[in-house]
Amino acid sequence: MKRIRLIPRLDIKGPNLIKGIHLEGLRVIGDPQEHARRYYEAGADELLYVDVVASLYGRNSLHDIVKRAAQDVFVPLTVTGGIRSVDDVRNILRSGADKIGINTAAAKRPELIREVAQKFGSQCMVLSIEAKKMAPGRWEAYTDNGRERTRLDVVEWACRGVELGAGEILLTSVDREGTREGFDVELLAAVSGAVPVPVIASGGMGRPDDVVRAVREGAADAVAMADVLHYQRHTLGEIRDAALAAGLHLRTL
Amino acid sequence: MQPRVTLVDYGSGNLYSVTRALERAGAEVHLANDAAEIEAADRLLLPGVGAFADGMEGLRERGLIEPIQRFAASGRPLLGICLGMQMLASCSEEFGEHEGLGVLPGRVVPVPAKDVDGSPQKIPHIGWAELLPWREGAWAGSPLERITPGTAAYLVHSFHFLPQDERDGLAVCHYGGHRITAAVCHGAVVGFQFHPEKSGPVGLKLLSAYLGL
Repeated sequence: MKRIRLIPRLDIKGPNLIKGIHLEGLRVIGDPQEHARRYYEAGADELLYVDVVASLYGRNSLHDIVKRAAQDVFVPLTVTGGIRSVDDVRNILRSGADKIGINTAAAKRPELIREVAQKFGSQCMVLSIEAKKMAPGRWEAYTDNGRERTRLDVVEWACRGVELGAGEILLTSVDREGTREGFDVELLAAVSGAVPVPVIASGGMGRPDDVVRAVREGAADAVAMADVLHYQRHTLGEIRDAALAAGLHLRTL
Repeated sequence: MQPRVTLVDYGSGNLYSVTRALERAGAEVHLANDAAEIEAADRLLLPGVGAFADGMEGLRERGLIEPIQRFAASGRPLLGICLGMQMLASCSEEFGEHEGLGVLPGRVVPVPAKDVDGSPQKIPHIGWAELLPWREGAWAGSPLERITPGTAAYLVHSFHFLPQDERDGLAVCHYGGHRITAAVCHGAVVGFQFHPEKSGPVGLKLLSAYLGL
């Protein structure tokens, strides 16, 4: 049985850890480093950093935050938000990131996926997709935190991204994001069933049991979570225990 | 005395994390990108992420291939991590046949894209996998002796190393029912396919053990 990864997601605006609902209405949570260290010590399998305003301002301000994280956090770090070129990727990897996620720049110029995968390996190239449900069984990819339409069908875009070299899909349901209503398991199942690379479920985690549904019904390979941890509704330990009790396979700590 | 580790800088991306992890594990870290620095090293670490051919090209254009080979021949400790381990091999099948540094006899081959039952499995192999002894007693006297068999480490790769001599095998992990090489040791040359710098407290423990701390 496959081993599921639990990934705290840290949305960043400027120097702060923030959290929104449907990727909007951002509230400041606190110091990202303090949270990152806590999640690492609690057994996080990876950390995911998202610069939520980078696309709007055309930059990625995560370098310093990632560099600080890499001093104390010895699990993989994925960084996404505002990455536009091979040079941007090189710089953020130099800061201590292991994988980078690209959404907006890839939707505008899909060839970027190939360039990044060829230069740094597909294991480093995560295609980040923000999905909004348009009709039963149909989702459209959005960019800029769910603001801009791409007219790309999510499942087709995921397949195309993998053909171009994406090694992993970060799949965020804009509809569920920040709602604590659970993951969009239909969306997850549709994408997981279509691509041969790991899919990270994101958006909607409210209860420990949501992890089990994302994996069992959505065939997710990894689960990202933010609100539930940042607001300390559940600890990572409780979520791990619930997943183990349900028979999921997690890393032995 | 604090062990001194020389990290080969050939344009690979993850030097910062490796440096930090080594420091946390108790080492003093130096970066090297020329022959003289490699020659002067006590212990050499070849890190790496990315594609085999690019990595070898990075070494070649900096004139580091022969210095690393000479270092290995001197019998001083050399550790390769992930792509760094693969580049120590005789050759790799990644995107055609490529010659490696040849200090670790064996080949780099693809992680099987199908599990043992023939169903497709996801490549690259990304994630935490349990480290198990290559054979009974394989960890005795090695850094792995410090951890419990079944402890998980972090791997991210599409290829893995197959030693020419089975006796060089230290640790395996299982993926889709296949045995995947996780660690090898050939004289003073050690290779970790997993990333100790990304494997949490376990990884730091293995680095400390490797450094003899």
